[in-house]
Amino acid sequence: MTALAAGGLTASDPIVNTVVFALFVAITLYVVYRAGSRNSSTSDYYAAGSAFTGRQNGIALSGDFLSAASFLGIAGAIAVHGYDGFLYSIGFLVAWLVDLLLIAELMRNTGRFTMGDVISFRMNQRPVRAAAATSTLVISLFYMLAQMAGAGGLVALLLDIHTRLGQALIIGVVGLVMVLYVLVGGMKGTTWVQIIKAGVLMLAVVLIAVFLFGKYGFSFSNLLSAATEKSPLGEHLLEPGGSYGKDNTTKLDFVSLALALVLGLSSLPHLLMRFYTVPNSLEARRSVVWATVCMLVFYGCTLVIGFGAAALVGPDEIRSAPGGENSAAPLLALHIGGTLLLGVIAAVAFATILAVVAGLTITASASFAHDVYANIFKRGKAEPADEVRVARLTAIVVGVLAIVGGVLANGQNVAFLVALAFAVAASANLSTLLYSLFWKRFNTTGTLWGMYGGLIACLLLVLFSPVVSGAPDAIFKSIDFAWFPLKNPGLVSIPFSFLCGFVGTLVGRPKADAEKQAEMEVRSMTGIGS
Amino acid sequence: MYDVARPVTGNALEETGRIPVLPAENQPRRPAAPSGPDYAAIQASPEFVSLRRRFRGFVFPMSFAFFAWYMTYVLLAAYAHDFMSRKVFGQVNVAILLGLGQFASTAVITWLYLRYARRQLDPRVAELRARAGLAEEKRR
Repeated sequence: MTALAAGGLTASDPIVNTVVFALFVAITLYVVYRAGSRNSSTSDYYAAGSAFTGRQNGIALSGDFLSAASFLGIAGAIAVHGYDGFLYSIGFLVAWLVDLLLIAELMRNTGRFTMGDVISFRMNQRPVRAAAATSTLVISLFYMLAQMAGAGGLVALLLDIHTRLGQALIIGVVGLVMVLYVLVGGMKGTTWVQIIKAGVLMLAVVLIAVFLFGKYGFSFSNLLSAATEKSPLGEHLLEPGGSYGKDNTTKLDFVSLALALVLGLSSLPHLLMRFYTVPNSLEARRSVVWATVCMLVFYGCTLVIGFGAAALVGPDEIRSAPGGENSAAPLLALHIGGTLLLGVIAAVAFATILAVVAGLTITASASFAHDVYANIFKRGKAEPADEVRVARLTAIVVGVLAIVGGVLANGQNVAFLVALAFAVAASANLSTLLYSLFWKRFNTTGTLWGMYGGLIACLLLVLFSPVVSGAPDAIFKSIDFAWFPLKNPGLVSIPFSFLCGFVGTLVGRPKADAEKQAEMEVRSMTGIGS
Repeated sequence: MYDVARPVTGNALEETGRIPVLPAENQPRRPAAPSGPDYAAIQASPEFVSLRRRFRGFVFPMSFAFFAWYMTYVLLAAYAHDFMSRKVFGQVNVAILLGLGQFASTAVITWLYLRYARRQLDPRVAELRARAGLAEEKRR
């Protein structure tokens, strides 16, 4: 087994991988440089002057969303655990409907730069913006950690670097390039990076999927048979339960995960912020539709790629390769296209991490500069130039945090970490967003209770879950202070935040501001005043 | 006629001026009424009430429907292994078909919403905007 994996590695050519990746970085940096020459105003830096079309933004949205977890994690999970990996992709796909029906257009009409704009619209500005910025920063850092953790494993697999120091160095380079994108390009440059990356990624997965399909005579059933023959799970590869079917706790954990996936996407701040890069709500609607189309194609292809990897590479080889499950797609590329295709896939995967982290960085920096600096410290009277300078400084700080976090989190399962970030997003933001858009009586107290209640509940439950302590794959293996049985807290923390928002509103002193409520409702639905 | 496919030209941010916390650069340049639209009056108008009813009348039941259908699928996958493992044809079983069914329902709901919004919502929004003096921007 190990010999096989080692053979797979020697066949990969670090030089080809590095060259293809360097080419991608060079091209994107050039584009970013061209796009971002004028970034002095806040609307340029945060929202690219709202000048992108719905189609461009839709593709950029899918670029922002399709993280290393989606590509490497899901393909690997399908290859090893079979059907249970597929369940991830269904959650990620269906979740776009929440955005389409309930969030995207209203959000675009109401706010300008950040999620805080919408949530604080008819509430007390300072406390609510502080809450929105807190949740945005926590979610972005969580999500970023997941991306950077993936980068380490990828480095091990693709560049044949196995020392912790070597991997840390590469993570540092990734972080540096990402900060460059954001500083030079602002939102416009970052958006173009997302568009290029999404294009390359989609092209790669479609070509591989079509090739695999062709190899099995364009019969999905044949592909599945080949996969079941190679897998130790046998027929069970095609049935749910491969990784979650053990007992009642794992089943409940699975339901909790599924809930977090479908509700979390629409509350991820870096995706919400994308809706401000288009001029109006119609384009926001078209953005979601384009993104949904991309997702349909992409997840259709990962299904084929995952089972293809199971059939051609085999779960044993994938598991024993450095990087574990995450190495399924790269190993498959090596099997069918040799070192060159592996180089391309490696570069795509790197680019994916780079672009997603850049998107997260700009979101975190915008939230800090716009919500905290301009609206809390300066009470809305900040000079735009100062605000952009603060945003740029924040981007550098966030970049450093991402590098340090990435080095520390190196080796954790990527798809799983992303699922946790989704749970935090769904718990902290969704209830507040929906209440403030649709519930007339919702007030400042309800907002604060909903956001902090969901956020704190979610973080506490994770802290006392088997993820952090007690279990063999926990962060702290030797001590055990876990009492919450589920790895994903969504099932408890999401309803809890809705409850907090509801109760907070009922007991809250300052009643809802009727005038601002009228303005928000009219504005969110018609765009008048936006 | 009002064309959904055509984006509104011009920078939407230039028209922005309604958030009380705007940086100085975004003073409203449009010569709109200095006091701004009367939101309470618009909110109370029968046209707006009808728009809101139609919007919510579609998105609430639809959201509930896709969420219920998704959770049904998830619960089946978690607790009904025998049912999900039943072969339908070749190696393709109920689980895979239901999974692909989620793909299909997502596509269908997206399409239904697009059609509904184009027919029922967008013309009403355009009318309300026209009354508020925003007609030209929508058409150009």
